[in-house]
Amino acid sequence: MVQYITTRLDASFAALSDATRRGVLERLGRSDASITELADKFHMTLTGMKKHVGVLEQAGLVTTEKVGRVRTCRLGLRRLEEEAAWIEGHRQLWDARFDALDKVVEELKRKEKVDE
Amino acid sequence: MNSRTTVERTSDRELVATRTFDGPARIVFEAWTKPELIMRWWAPKSFGITFLSCETDVRTGGSYRFVFGHAASEQPMAFFGRYIEVTPPSRLVWTNDEEEDGAMTTVTFVEKDGKTLVVVHDLYPSKEALDGAIAAESTGAWPEQFEALDDLLTTLGASV
Repeated sequence: MVQYITTRLDASFAALSDATRRGVLERLGRSDASITELADKFHMTLTGMKKHVGVLEQAGLVTTEKVGRVRTCRLGLRRLEEEAAWIEGHRQLWDARFDALDKVVEELKRKEKVDE
Repeated sequence: MNSRTTVERTSDRELVATRTFDGPARIVFEAWTKPELIMRWWAPKSFGITFLSCETDVRTGGSYRFVFGHAASEQPMAFFGRYIEVTPPSRLVWTNDEEEDGAMTTVTFVEKDGKTLVVVHDLYPSKEALDGAIAAESTGAWPEQFEALDDLLTTLGASV
């Protein structure tokens, strides 16, 4: 079980540790794309891009579908979970900011009272 | 205690954050516009982010530039853009020009009974732009951390 979880995590983090693969995810976040389009965009050979997409696919971050001679890539099923996680992360950021802003507002209010 | 900060994706193109502050709008607005005040709250310490510099020219058409450092990154990060609308103490609008297809941020300050409701709208140019921001940031905001984690997992994997 531990090995299974380690393997799963390993696949995800290995997939995300590479700048090109993160770029591919960003690109697919905008719209689906073929392997050829991705290879062009990142100035890579088709074989090189196939390997990157394979790593992302194994991690469940991307799914691919072959129609005729074209293999189309899109973001995988984890996308919804990712969006929820991202929004929660965004909320935590704003929450931390706003906690600090609360203190600034308190202090400015006190200063005003003293100056009155 | 439940947090009073809400963040919602309100449409294909828009994210909205809200919070109510215990003070009049003019004070809250001041804290959003003076660099020495912004620097005290915009980059939360718990996120490991520190301000390196903060410049604001808060008038319509004026520009701003925030530069941050992060414990996990050698490269500083700059965020910059222009103020599109400045209406003290009720409304601020600015662009986010550090990335292509960045959002337009509108902040409104509504005062009631001495308290101020702050609503931050991030409006992206398209659904694809917001989806892209989510995909990029949720996976690549701090690449170095992922790399460190990757190394750790590789080590763990090797020892299994």
